[in-house]
Formats: sequence, structure tokens, C-alpha cells
Amino acid sequence: MKDIKVLGPGCVRCRKTEEMVREEAARLGIDVRIEKVTDYAAIASFGIASTPGIVIDGKVVHAGGLPSQDNLRAWLAD
Amino acid sequence: MMVHPDTSPQARKASTLAWLLGVVVFVAVWFVAYSELPALSEWLVSLLPVDPATHAGAALAFFFYDTPKVLMLLTLVVFAMGIVRSFFSPEKTRALLAGRAEGIGNVVAAILGVFTPFCSCSAVPLFVGFVSAGVPLGVTFSFLIAAPMVNEVALGLLLALVGWKVAVTYLFFGLAVAIVSGWVIGRLHLEHWLEAWVLDVRSSVAAFDEDAPTLADRIRVGIDAVKDIVGKVWVWIIAGIAAGAFIHGYVPADLLAAIMGRDAWWSVPAAVALGVPMYSNAAGIIPVVEALLGKGAALGTVLAFMMSVIALSLPEMIILRKVLSLKLIAVFVAVVASGILAVGFLFNLVFR
Repeated sequence: MKDIKVLGPGCVRCRKTEEMVREEAARLGIDVRIEKVTDYAAIASFGIASTPGIVIDGKVVHAGGLPSQDNLRAWLAD
Repeated sequence: MMVHPDTSPQARKASTLAWLLGVVVFVAVWFVAYSELPALSEWLVSLLPVDPATHAGAALAFFFYDTPKVLMLLTLVVFAMGIVRSFFSPEKTRALLAGRAEGIGNVVAAILGVFTPFCSCSAVPLFVGFVSAGVPLGVTFSFLIAAPMVNEVALGLLLALVGWKVAVTYLFFGLAVAIVSGWVIGRLHLEHWLEAWVLDVRSSVAAFDEDAPTLADRIRVGIDAVKDIVGKVWVWIIAGIAAGAFIHGYVPADLLAAIMGRDAWWSVPAAVALGVPMYSNAAGIIPVVEALLGKGAALGTVLAFMMSVIALSLPEMIILRKVLSLKLIAVFVAVVASGILAVGFLFNLVFR
């Protein structure tokens, strides 16, 4: 079970990012729990400066813009 | 559906080549279409039941020529800048700015503001991310003022519609306003006017390495930027061009010269006061700028109007209200508006 957080105030890209994570996890057959973090203070506490951000098991792997599918696969499979 | 793209080096090379080829073909087609635009618009207007010599005819000709021209230019400029921006990120910019002294920090911040990918929905995380990582408040403001004001959309369209002199002037003085305004705000030491929670954020700077994007990835980023930006601003462009067409066709030049000419000293503050509550982006305002200049409005007045419309907008302030107290927002608006006023007056004085 991977614990995934999608950081973002709820803009279009943040929702799209969450969707991409969910789809890629399903495709790879990986069990994930996805949590959306929308609070600005909470987002900032992860040390990123742009959204959407992705945190996997407590580690920031991405910030700013949509992730590429190749990267997403690598992070989830890791 | 399972799609696993082949990621072997050969396949990757082939795919990069295909992307590059696609870009070359696209740019070639673009230039051919662009050079044929005047003929196309003349032909379109000739189909309409209006006399090209009338006001309505002039306005329509302007509209049918400028709309495709602006949209095409915008597409190319946004695409190119999307690729350039894929080399930058807010996190890298922050690392370059953290702990930097004011002064030089303001200059670097304003210049990076032009190149760093930034969307207004990210303004709050960016602001907090910068300040909590030790970027001085004034330096952060220089970035936040320059990023929306001096951008590829504004510069590209000015270059194409109004000429390179005005574009370079706008670039230079837009940066100057951002640098000086940020520096002044920094000197005022207003950190205690931030919302309390902002100062409580104690974050370590996240360290992570994403795979370096390939050339194909960067081209894809450029295409995404076009979809995103052109998809969002085309309504503004059409509205702006319609307004510009109206000015071209109907507004008498001597009336406009009396209101916005260089002899009317009050026109600069009036232009700024009018521009602040107006919200448009560069794409919508530049066709209007072109038409105003064509009718004899003074360059300083028009630049001041354009800068205040783009740099000071209500939606942005509402977003920033989450991190800034009302007092700090008021200082921000006052300082930036003063800078814009100074630019307007300076230009009307120098370009006589």
C-alpha cells in the first residue's frame, strides 16, 4: 500500500494530476491510498513552490505542472 | 487499454526525430499561412456587403485581418516560450533567490519572473514557498510583479502589432517597475503585515530529482502551453480586437488625441486609475493599444494603461489576500501604481 498525497488548491491541473495517479496505479495494479492536500499551509510545509505536487510515502517526487506518464510509472513502481 | 511506449534508446531517438520533424513542418506551414493572411482577409471582407471605404468596412477589415494574425502569432510565441520555460521551475528559481541580498536579488527575481513557468493558481504556494525558504519579501514581490506583467504574450504581441521599439521599451520598463517596486516594499520592512500563518510555515526545501525531460518532452510542454494559454485567452483576444476595430473605425482621432494625447497631463493618472479595476490579460489589451497608438494617443499614457491593466488585477489581489493583509495589498498597489505613473510621465516627457 502506497500512501500518496496530491498537493494543490484544487485547480484544474491538480484534479487532472490526481486522476493520472489513480489511473496509472490501477494500470500497474498497485494498491494506493490517495489523499488530496488543499490547505495552503499544509502544501507549503512540504517545501514546494509550485502546484500540483506529488508526495509518495512522505517523499516529494514532483512539483509544478502535470507529471509525465513515464515518471509517474517509475515513481509508482519504485 | 494497456499502452506501454517502447522506451528503448533507438525508439526514443526515432520518436524525438518525429517530434522535431513535426515542429519543422508546423513552423513552415505557419509561415506560409501567415504571409497569405492579408490576401485572405481582403477576400473575406470583399464577400461582405459593406463598402471597404466606410467606417464599418474599415473596422471589419481590421477585425478579419487582426484576429487570425494575433492568434497565429500567439500560438508560435507561446509554443517557443513553453519550450524555453521547460528549462526553468519555481523551485530552481527559489534556490537561485534564497538568501540573496536585496538590490541584486530584485533584479534577478524580476528577470527570472519572465522565464519561470507560473500560473496564477500557483501564486499562493509560490509566495509562501519563497518567503518560508528565506527569499526576502521585497525580492519575492519583484518576482510576483514581473511574472504576469512581462511575459511572452505581451512581448510577442507588442513586437508584432506595435513594433520592436515599443516591445523593448515595455520589457525594460516593466522590469524596472518590478525591480524598484519590490525593492521599495522590501525597504519598508512589512513582514509583520503578512497573514500570521505564513510566518509560521517552517518548511525544509524539498529536494527531488525528476528525470531530465527529453526534447520530445519539452516539445510536448510547448504544445500543452499552447492548448492551455491560447485555449484560455482567445476570448480576450477577440474582445480586444473587436474593441480595437471599433476604435479604428469610429473613434475620431482628434477626440482621442485630446483625451490621451501627451498634452493632457492628467491622462496618465486617469489611464492607471482606469486600468486597475479592469481585468484583461496582455492578449486582450494589446490590440486596443495598437488602435490607440494609431489614433495618436501618447505612448506613455498607453503604456501606463497597459501596465496597470496587466500588473494590477482584482482577481490576483483576491488570491494574494490569503497571504497578505489588506494593508500590505494597499501598499503593493500604491507602490506599483506609482512606478507605472512614473513610467507614463517619463515617456510622455521624453518622446515628444
